[in-house]
Amino acid sequence: MPELIAKPALEKAPLTLGTCRLEAVDLGPITSVALFPGQEKAMAKALKPLGLSFPDPNSLSAKAGVQLVWTGREQAFLIGVTAPDFGAAAAVTDQSGGWAALRLSGDKAAEVLMRHVPLDLRAAAFPPGRAVRAPLGHMSSVVIREEAGFLILIFRSMARTAWHEIEVAMRTLAARA
Amino acid sequence: MRIPCPLCGPRDRREFTYYGSDDYLNRPAPDAGAGPWDDHLHLRANPAGETHDLWYHEAGCAQWLRVHRNTVSHEIYGAALVAGLKGGAQ
Ligand SMILES: [Zn+2]
Repeated sequence: MPELIAKPALEKAPLTLGTCRLEAVDLGPITSVALFPGQEKAMAKALKPLGLSFPDPNSLSAKAGVQLVWTGREQAFLIGVTAPDFGAAAAVTDQSGGWAALRLSGDKAAEVLMRHVPLDLRAAAFPPGRAVRAPLGHMSSVVIREEAGFLILIFRSMARTAWHEIEVAMRTLAARA
Repeated sequence: MRIPCPLCGPRDRREFTYYGSDDYLNRPAPDAGAGPWDDHLHLRANPAGETHDLWYHEAGCAQWLRVHRNTVSHEIYGAALVAGLKGGAQ
């Protein structure tokens, strides 16, 4: 086996501008879990040891630093833990190398992100527990609401572009303050 | 113009790729002959008013939707997942 050197998608120091902070995050394993038809009960059983349930659209299930995030019809990403054996309940694929994660926090985080994501991301409309598939500029993303801001999943190959776009929005808003 | 995705909620139409009439859901049998296949591939109504057509939610859930809308008023009456449809076009 060749020795592969693990490298992060972004070698960027956290960026703080005004009250807003952007940082690259290593989420650990990311696994796509695509439910087979009629396997809801088997899925619930497989998720029980993790304390998770299969999420409804635009939401997530979380426990002890592990989360299962809705990413499509009968599909979710299991983040932060090696996937358990789902047997015949789901098609399971390792996505760990395909995605990069950014965390955007601060009281202006929604205003920054809404410059690129055409959704109402303010806390009243998009509270913790919610997660959506949404375009970030022209890039596909998963946007997860957290208490202090957002966790943003982006295709790994576009991590630097996403960082740049968000940084520009942060600078623009900071300049107006 | 916003399309109410049954999964993602109301989204800007630029998140979607337009495909065409929901006639495409009514695929003739392989041995149906040249006439029905010619109709299926090429013959379309051009309604001034209500229409059903197919849109792909590319920037969201990656599902095909059948959208019921009005070509005159631009009103959108609703959208359904093609994956859950029975009976083809309406
Ligand atoms: Zn959708």
